[in-house]
Amino acid sequence: MSETLDLSLFVRRAGDGTDHMDLAVEGVNCAGCIRKIESGLKQVPGIVDARVNFTNRRLAVGWRHGAVRPADVVEALARIGYRAYPFAPERVDGDEAAQSRFLVRCLAVAGFAAMNVMLLSVSVWAGATDMTPETRDLLHWISALIALPAAAYAGQPFFGSAWRALRAGGVNMDVPISLGVTLALGLSVVETINHAEHAYFDSAITLLFFLLCGRYLDHAMRRRTRAAAGNLSALKADLAHRFERNGEVVKVPVAALKPGDRLLVRPGERVPADGIVAGGASEIDESLVTGETLRRAVTAGAAIHAGSLNYAGTLTLRVTAAGEDTLLADIERLIEKATAAKSRYRRLADRAARLYAPVVHTAAALTAIGWLLAGPSAHDAIVIAISVLIITCPCALALAIPTVQVVASGALFKAGVILNAGEAIERFAQADTIVFDKTGTLTLPEPRVDVAAGTDPALLECAARLALSSRHPLAAALAREAGDRVPYPGATEEPGLGVAAMIDGVEARLGSLAFCDTAATPDTADASLIAFRHGAHTAVFAVRQALRADAAEVVAALRGLKLDIRILSGDRPEAVAPIATALGIHDWRGGLKPADKIAALAALEADGRKVLMVGDGLNDAPALAAAHASLSPISAVDLAQARADGIFLGERLAPVWHAVTIARRSHRLMRQNLWLAATYNAVAVPVAVAGLVTPLIAAVAMSSSSVLVTLNALRVGRPRPVMSQEERR
Amino acid sequence: MIVLLYLIPLALGLGLVGLGAFLWSLRTGQYDDLEGAALRVLSDDDL
Repeated sequence: MSETLDLSLFVRRAGDGTDHMDLAVEGVNCAGCIRKIESGLKQVPGIVDARVNFTNRRLAVGWRHGAVRPADVVEALARIGYRAYPFAPERVDGDEAAQSRFLVRCLAVAGFAAMNVMLLSVSVWAGATDMTPETRDLLHWISALIALPAAAYAGQPFFGSAWRALRAGGVNMDVPISLGVTLALGLSVVETINHAEHAYFDSAITLLFFLLCGRYLDHAMRRRTRAAAGNLSALKADLAHRFERNGEVVKVPVAALKPGDRLLVRPGERVPADGIVAGGASEIDESLVTGETLRRAVTAGAAIHAGSLNYAGTLTLRVTAAGEDTLLADIERLIEKATAAKSRYRRLADRAARLYAPVVHTAAALTAIGWLLAGPSAHDAIVIAISVLIITCPCALALAIPTVQVVASGALFKAGVILNAGEAIERFAQADTIVFDKTGTLTLPEPRVDVAAGTDPALLECAARLALSSRHPLAAALAREAGDRVPYPGATEEPGLGVAAMIDGVEARLGSLAFCDTAATPDTADASLIAFRHGAHTAVFAVRQALRADAAEVVAALRGLKLDIRILSGDRPEAVAPIATALGIHDWRGGLKPADKIAALAALEADGRKVLMVGDGLNDAPALAAAHASLSPISAVDLAQARADGIFLGERLAPVWHAVTIARRSHRLMRQNLWLAATYNAVAVPVAVAGLVTPLIAAVAMSSSSVLVTLNALRVGRPRPVMSQEERR
Repeated sequence: MIVLLYLIPLALGLGLVGLGAFLWSLRTGQYDDLEGAALRVLSDDDL
C-alpha cells in the first residue's frame, strides 16, 4: 500500500514565499553528520536552507512554497541515513527563548555598566588623597550617568517580580534586592549632590550583574530541560494511519488527530489514540496502560486506550479522544488532585527567602534607630542603615542554589537522567522510600526471548532471521536475537497465524503452535509462546518480560543508601512474585488499580515517609504526580513522562541510583552554599552596623562571596559508578 | 586633569562598542549553537 504522509501541521509560512519546518534529528554526533545533512538537503531542488543546530540536535529547513512537500524532507533525510521527526517549536519552547534572550541583554548591559563604573570607582579609591574634590565629583556624576539608566534597564526582571509579589501581598527574594538597589542608587545621588566622599554606584550595579548571573543560570537550566524534553516528545511522536473521506489511507502525526477520525491499526502497532473499535478483531496488550501483562481480546464496540499494543489482527478505530485529551477521565481527575497536593512543596530557595527578607529589613531599621539614639546626625544614621541593606543584598544567596542546580543537571544528564523540574533535585535527595512499578520499569519495556538450555543455536538463528519478516510483537522480540539482519527472500506472512519461507529448499514456519504443528513445553505459565518448524526440526520459544540487566545490583545499591524499596504493580500477583523474589524485595503488592496505588502512597506519606515513585504506565501517572518525587523511563507513555520529575534513558536501571546519589550530593552543597552566604552575612552585617563599610569593602565582600559559592557548586562533579555502601568502604 | 575630558569619553565609547557588538552577536544568533560551531571548523568546504 503506497501511503502519503501529511505533515502540514508543522509547516510555518514565512513572508517571503518560503515554508519552514523544524525537526528533531536522531544520531547527529559528529562534524561529518552536520555536513552530510546540510549538503544532502541542499541538493534537493526547492530546498533553500538547511541548518543543523548541534547543541540541541535540531534541524531547521526552508523551501520555496510548493516546491517540496514536508514529507519529502523527512524522506530525503532517511535516504542520507537519519531519522527525523518534525515538531512545532513554539508549542515546545513557549516564550522561554524570548525571556532568556531578554535576560542575556540585561546581563550584557549590567556587565558593561559595572565595568565602566568600577573603572571610575577604582580611580577614586586609588586617588583618595591627592584627587581634588571637584575631580571626584565629576567621576561620581559620570558614574551616575552610566549606572542609573543601566540599572533601570537591567533591573527590570527584579523590579517587575518584586512589584508583583508586593501587589499579591507577599514578599519574595526580589523585594530586598529591589529595595537595596534603589536605595543605594538614591543615596549615592544625594551624596554626590552634597559633594560627599563615598558613592555606591559601583556596588548597586555590580550587585545587579551578579544577581542576573544567578537568574540567567536558573533560566538556562529550565530551558535546557525543556529543550531535551521537547526533543524526546518529538522523537516519540508516532504516526497514525487515518482513513480520508475518499477511503484512502494517509499517515498523519498523532498530534493532528481529531475525535471522529477513523484509523487503521495494524498488528504490531501501538494504538495512537483513545477510541472505539469499529471493525475487526484482535488481541491487545495493555501493559503500558494498566500494567496487566495478559492480553485482552477486543471486537467491534470495545473501547481501547492509546498506548495499547495491537497483537493479532487489523482493527478499524473510531477516535473518541486524541492528543492532550487521550486519557481516562478518572485518571485525569486523580492526577489533578495529586498535583494540587504536591504544589504545597516549598523550595529550599523560597524557604530561605521567606526567612531572609524580614531579618534584613529589621536589621537595617534597628541600625537606623540605634544610630539616631546614639547621637550622630539623621543623615549619618540613614547612610549607615542603607549600607546594611547594600551589604546584605543576597548576591551569594541568589547564586547559591541555581549554580548547584546547573552543575547537577549536567551531571544527571551524563548519567542518563533528564529533569522536568529544577527543584526535583531537592526532592530526590529527600526520598527515603522508593516505590517501583514492575512492568516496563523493573523489567525491560519490550519482552525478551528466553532461550532455553539445549536449544540448537543454528535453529534459533534461522527462526530469528525468519522473524525479521513479521510485524508481530512476539516475532519482533525473537528477531532481536538474529545475528544476520538480512530477512529470507520470499517470506510470506499469514495474518494472525505466522510467517513462512523456503530455507535451503525446505519450508520453514514461525508462528502460533497450531501453525507450526508443535506442542507446548511445560513451565510456561507466565510466558507467551512462539513456535518454529523447519522440516522435521521444531522449537518453541518462550517470550517473557525480562528484568533490566542491572536491576538486582541497583536495588542492592539503593538499599545500601538506606532506602526502603517496594513494588506496587498493576499486574497479577503471580507475575509480580518471581520478580520481587529475584530482587529480594519483601514489600510488594500486585493487582493494584491507579486509585489503589495512590492510596498506598498516601499511607506511606502518612507514616512520614518521602516516596520516590518510579513508573512508566498510564496507570502510574496519578501515582507519579502524587509521590514526593518521581522518575519515568523513556519508554513510558507520554502522560507518565509529563507527570514525572525526571526521565531516564537506556535499558539499565542505574540512572535511578545516580539520580538519588547526585541529588543528595547537590542538596548537601546547596545547604552548604546557603550556610556560606549566611556566614558571609554574619561577618559583614556587624561591620556594616558599626558604620565601617566603605564602597571598596562592599565591592570586595560581595564579589568574593559570590565567587566562593560558585566554586563550591562545581564540586557536584560527575556521575560515579554504581556501587553499594560496602564496596565503597 | 584635562586629560580626563577625552580619556573618559574614549573609555566609555570603547565600552559601548563592545556592548553593541555583543548585542549584535546575540541578535544574529551567534550563541544558538555553541557546540556545532566548534565542529563546523572541521569541515573543509567553504559554503
